[in-house]
Amino acid sequence: MLRWRSHRMQAVPPCGPSATENAFITHAATWTEVMAKALHRLANPARFLRIAAPLLPWTAAGAAVCIGAGLWFGLVESPPDYQQGDAARIMYVHVPAAWNALAGYAGLALASAVALVWRHPLALVAARCIAPIGACFTVIALATGSLWGHPMWGTWWVWDARLTSVVILLFLYLGYMALIHAFDEQETGERAATVLALIGAVNLPVIRFSVDWWNTLHQPASILRMDGPSIDPAMLLPLFLMAGGFTLLFVCLVIIRMQTELARRRVMALRRAALVVPQASDA
Amino acid sequence: MTRKHQRLVGLLLAGAALGVAATLVFQALDDTLVFFYSPSQAAEREFRPGEAIRLGGLVKAESVEHSADSLNVRFAVTDGANEVFVTYNGILPDLFREEQGVVAEGSFLPDGTFAATEVLARHDENYMPKEVMDALREQGMLVDENGQKSY
Repeated sequence: MLRWRSHRMQAVPPCGPSATENAFITHAATWTEVMAKALHRLANPARFLRIAAPLLPWTAAGAAVCIGAGLWFGLVESPPDYQQGDAARIMYVHVPAAWNALAGYAGLALASAVALVWRHPLALVAARCIAPIGACFTVIALATGSLWGHPMWGTWWVWDARLTSVVILLFLYLGYMALIHAFDEQETGERAATVLALIGAVNLPVIRFSVDWWNTLHQPASILRMDGPSIDPAMLLPLFLMAGGFTLLFVCLVIIRMQTELARRRVMALRRAALVVPQASDA
Repeated sequence: MTRKHQRLVGLLLAGAALGVAATLVFQALDDTLVFFYSPSQAAEREFRPGEAIRLGGLVKAESVEHSADSLNVRFAVTDGANEVFVTYNGILPDLFREEQGVVAEGSFLPDGTFAATEVLARHDENYMPKEVMDALREQGMLVDENGQKSY
């Protein structure tokens, strides 16, 4: 399917574009030029590793400090909610996990777009490494939400628009991971998974606005709303600490996975080279 | 136009088409994606008695009547404009209280009351300590989005 499309693109005859089309193309060209230059710098695996290595301990330490402080303020220092009592403290894990699940998918889709348009191999490495971590955060959000729903709503699970769209997010992550390994040719799997990741990005605004567009059992947004957060400052502090900590943890895990993946590829390449060399000398 | 630009334009066009398609699909599905109907929406749609639906709204103040010798409970669910009386036999969730959101699953009886087989509590997006809530209530500051005093 993908081969067919690239073939067709090649076959399109160079017809004369209109003035507006021309202006758009020129603008897009300069824009892509700038973007491509910046990406080219980062897309070099060696440069990425040089930047990532010193970043890693900082993100790890930052995550540990933020999550530690967040747990202290969340479980000990912050007051119980006026309606939900201590059960509202599940929020300090649930909400940051859900935010990171969404942000992770946005990263996956962005990396996939870069991989599709600019063919930077590092973008595919990034996408491949983000997927399982994003899936884990999605599972954490779903599990803690279920644990929260039982005492408060009176049910572990309902199929309302918010909960259902987050389950779809989990399946998109899992589908990406399955599809990328589903073909004998690595490149075919990567292309199919890239297309899935981009189509799945439609789900992100659906998740975000599901609680506004439709009647749901899940309550509307407390933080990202027009008239400011509807959460007491004493509860916002642990929430933001945990959100920062989870984000740093996400970045830290992605860096580790990418370092590992690049090392794996290097080993594979070296092995292949080692196999080729004696054959060459034989001939 | 290089192939890179072709791919970028293709991606943007495909994205735009996908966005339009998704919008149309969700517009068409709008009514089926709601988790519950408010009393006004239910009145508008005139559900048949016995048709399984979910009804959601706020528990009307001073409308809750518990039976003395069973788990039977009767309360009114309101959305400000319309209200429906709900009967239920079972254990209510902890958050069930007057002026709080609920979603009742069940069906209408011929007389217009709603026989619930399950009642779920729906909480709002406000989080605050009890002291702050008490202070707000004392000052009579608590006004919800509709300009009504919630407590």
